[in-house]
Amino acid sequence: MSSAEFPFIDPPGREQYQPCIKCGLCLDSCPTFQETGEELESPRGRVQLIAAVDRGVVPLSAPKVAATLFSCLDCRACEVACPSGVPIGSLIERGRGQVVAMQRAHRSWRGRAAVGTTTRLALKHLLPNPKRLKQVGRLLAAAQRLGLIKSRARFLAPVGMRRMAEAMPLVPRTLESDTVSSDTPPKARVGVFLGCIMDVLFADANQATIRVLQHNHLGPVVPGGQTCCGALAIHAGERDQARVQARQNIDAFFASDLDYVVTNAGGCGAALMEYPEWLAEDPQYRDKAERFSQKVVDVAVVLEKEGWRAPSRTSPEKITYQASCHLSNVMKAGAAPVRILKSIPGIEFQEMADSARCCGSAGIYNLTHPEMSEALLKRKMADVPDGTETIVTGNPGCWLQMLHGVDAYRPGIRVRHLVQVLDDAYGREALSTPVATGASE
Amino acid sequence: MTVKKDGPIGADVAEKLVGVVGSEHVLLDIEERSLHSYDATIHRFLPDAVVRPASLQQVSDVLAICYQARIPVVPRGASTGLSGGSLPVHAGVVLDLGRLDAIREINQEDLYAVVEAGVKVERFAQAVGAVGLLFPPDPSSARASTMGGGVAENAGGPHAFKYGVFRDYVLGLTVVKMDGTIIRTGGKTVKNVSGYDMTRLLVGSEGTLAVVVDATVRLIPKPAAKRTLLTVYDRLDDAASTVSRIIAEGMQPAAIEFIDDASIRVVESFLHLGLPLDAEALLLIEVDGSEAEVIRQAEEVSRLCRAMKARSVEMATTDQEAAKLWTARKSISSAVARIKPTKVSEDATVPRSQIPEMVRRLKQIGEKYRVDLVVFGHAGDGNLHPNIMCNEDDSEEMERVWQAVAEIFAVTLALGGTLTGEHGVGTMKAPFMRWEHGDQALDMMRAIKAAWDPDHLLNPGKMFPEDAPPWPISLQPWESSLAKERRSSNE
Ligand SMILES: Cc1cc2nc3c(=O)[nH]c(=O)nc-3n(C[C@H](O)[C@H](O)[C@H](O)COP(=O)(O)OP(=O)(O)OC[C@H]3O[C@@H](n4cnc5c(N)ncnc54)[C@H](O)[C@@H]3O)c2cc1C
Ligand code: SF4
Ligand code: SF4
Repeated sequence: MSSAEFPFIDPPGREQYQPCIKCGLCLDSCPTFQETGEELESPRGRVQLIAAVDRGVVPLSAPKVAATLFSCLDCRACEVACPSGVPIGSLIERGRGQVVAMQRAHRSWRGRAAVGTTTRLALKHLLPNPKRLKQVGRLLAAAQRLGLIKSRARFLAPVGMRRMAEAMPLVPRTLESDTVSSDTPPKARVGVFLGCIMDVLFADANQATIRVLQHNHLGPVVPGGQTCCGALAIHAGERDQARVQARQNIDAFFASDLDYVVTNAGGCGAALMEYPEWLAEDPQYRDKAERFSQKVVDVAVVLEKEGWRAPSRTSPEKITYQASCHLSNVMKAGAAPVRILKSIPGIEFQEMADSARCCGSAGIYNLTHPEMSEALLKRKMADVPDGTETIVTGNPGCWLQMLHGVDAYRPGIRVRHLVQVLDDAYGREALSTPVATGASE
Repeated sequence: MTVKKDGPIGADVAEKLVGVVGSEHVLLDIEERSLHSYDATIHRFLPDAVVRPASLQQVSDVLAICYQARIPVVPRGASTGLSGGSLPVHAGVVLDLGRLDAIREINQEDLYAVVEAGVKVERFAQAVGAVGLLFPPDPSSARASTMGGGVAENAGGPHAFKYGVFRDYVLGLTVVKMDGTIIRTGGKTVKNVSGYDMTRLLVGSEGTLAVVVDATVRLIPKPAAKRTLLTVYDRLDDAASTVSRIIAEGMQPAAIEFIDDASIRVVESFLHLGLPLDAEALLLIEVDGSEAEVIRQAEEVSRLCRAMKARSVEMATTDQEAAKLWTARKSISSAVARIKPTKVSEDATVPRSQIPEMVRRLKQIGEKYRVDLVVFGHAGDGNLHPNIMCNEDDSEEMERVWQAVAEIFAVTLALGGTLTGEHGVGTMKAPFMRWEHGDQALDMMRAIKAAWDPDHLLNPGKMFPEDAPPWPISLQPWESSLAKERRSSNE
């Protein structure tokens, strides 16, 4: 219910911030507080600033309100740390929704726009539109192959975009089919969520996901009609747009009768899991969103849950794992990815300190807040253990950021998705042994 | 008294402050002011400005400027305080000491360290731990709270039972008086009888006498081994009696923490550790020392707990398991907000033989006033934390809450205890100070305050009754009942 202080729909709720007893136990978990030491840049500060707006002490239009709501990484480390269970992420996202709605309502509002125009255009037109994104993806791929992108991008794109382009891997062929059949009847009905960035920039990870699932008798379907998860829109305060995407995805996946909606991108999975919160005020979709979100699971977790077979060997490699903050803090994937890595013979696993701390990618945060993002990336790279050959991660945002990071600070280290490591190992087996599939443990 | 009441900082003063700390560290906007208007109590007061000095000289200059302009100054660490200590009740400047965050020296030969006020207690403890030393005071807020705040509140923690509180470790201080004068107290020696012990006076002075800039603290060697025991009780009474018995038998565990049933439930819903939800109470006990000693102590304590009708006594098998249990304990104070959103926390402390009686009385008070009263805390020191969970929007309920609080104080004093074991007086307990100390002792405290800060500009409105904001209930009803209780307990 909106109020004089938060005049737009779906505002931060009093009942959400009230259990914040200002104990400060979340402060130290927050990467932006760790960097700055400022209350303004802390979870407690963000929650209490929202409370101050709601109580009429601070106007919504006060510049630091927008600034601190948007300087949050959405990493949710604070939610895991908060003993009283304050829904900090939701409060901040709802707060952003108010800021963005206010900026739109007052064209004359002269505050620093929270999200740049490039980003907003990308959000609105590019990410939710797989065709267009694929076109851009192909363009980027071609440009990259031709060696154009680095030089052109340098003066065309904002710093963040440029960095992303520099970090970008060669874009492989995108996934084309809408359904994937399986030769044996699957153990569970699994639908794969493709994700917008994943499917274009890292389509081979999607393909690897499907092969790995097939290999473990979880032969998935890939429901047509799915779209971007809406995470980037919700983080940007574009809540209406995010809801449109959420409804579309719910419909797409409900068309098939599924046990699981499997994601290979922590950021997307976290968003899908939070659809009930986004659609809380939508009587038509509220319940569906609830049922949908309960089916959402990360690929590593579904493998462990339904049973998987460890590959017999892979080439020896020193691997460390960057736990995506969304995968850990929201999807609560826990140690599943690490357990999987550790059980592949040949892999020498090295623990990364504070592995779930946000790497600074945070969706498009590296585009909107390049400095903070860079500071966090630098710290992250310093935490990569010596001798690491490959950093494994479970989220495309982290992946891009890691690529940029190793480029800048730890040259020579590879960056891969967990499913690619698995897929590769299965592939090697198939090459050396006549029949590898079908034998489940 | 000459306290400058609300009103923004003049442009001339602001300019001078900017001259000292730089414009990015003089915060005047309403956003920042509102972000420095709270601590972990339920009260809020807007300051006129927030100033963030980064050195001893800057602290001194800022104080001198405010002193000349008659502007109240309130020192602030991390605002995790539970008694209103860092609240700017008469507005003025909040002096945020977070930028003073250097660990200047860790001396392994003489076993001391010099640490600045803004350093987080846990960060400091980890740094000395890394070289095999121990700084024992461990407030449950240590991840966030500062060394300066710990000194100012004389903070304790679970390990205070065996190792004592901040005061037992502070050897010397560098402080700045309200007029900007820099004073050094104490030294680096373990013994020191030269003159009045100003160090011990300043520890626990809640930022009302001077601003702490750095502290020289004593360290001790880290014990070789430790073990954590989780004991489960079907009856609250048995758990409370166990604590008194452990002490009476002369056992010396490092910590004895008490957790009641409501606390078990909230912390379980936060951390999902598999704690027994049907138990009436838990004791979390840590023993430390040499490996052999630890095993002997653990056996002794287990035997006693079983004799006191503990349903089960389990020892954490790994360090991670023990760490999880301690995280659970440290989370309770915040996790209780899952019951109801408003928390009124007290830390009334009684002589340890009175713990069973106190626990019984607390439960009675909860029933009498129909309030959700949760009890946990450092039982080994007699320092229980009764927390009343309520909803500040419900004025009828709040009325009952304040009555219950008053009765808790009355009972505590009647049992020979104190209003606060570690959280400090601040604004929350100021109105009750007379009942604990009497007018004469309070007058002496006032005289001390006047010697340091004659104009009541440094952290005004704390500690002393007349400085306090109006307490929401009248004291009369329990004033007489307290007198009666005292009389009868003397008889
Ligand atoms: C979840 C939780 C658990 C807690 N557990 C414990 C516990 O186990 N034991 C315990 O003792 N307390 C505990 N507390 C209370 C609180 O954390 C302590 O009092 C702590 O020492 C306060 O430190 P701070 O840095 O947050 O100080 P603040 O809250 O900022 O300030 C507290 C007081 O100290 C003064 N002050 C701060 N810094 C200075 C300085 N440099 N010079 C002069 N005065 C200064 C302030 O003016 C104020 O009066 C807990 C609080 C919470 C929220
Ligand atoms: S958000 Fe949670 S952890 Fe942070 S201050 Fe509030 S109650 Fe404490
Ligand atoms: S989501 Fe991350 S960046 Fe945002 S407040 Fe929480 S911990 Fe800080």
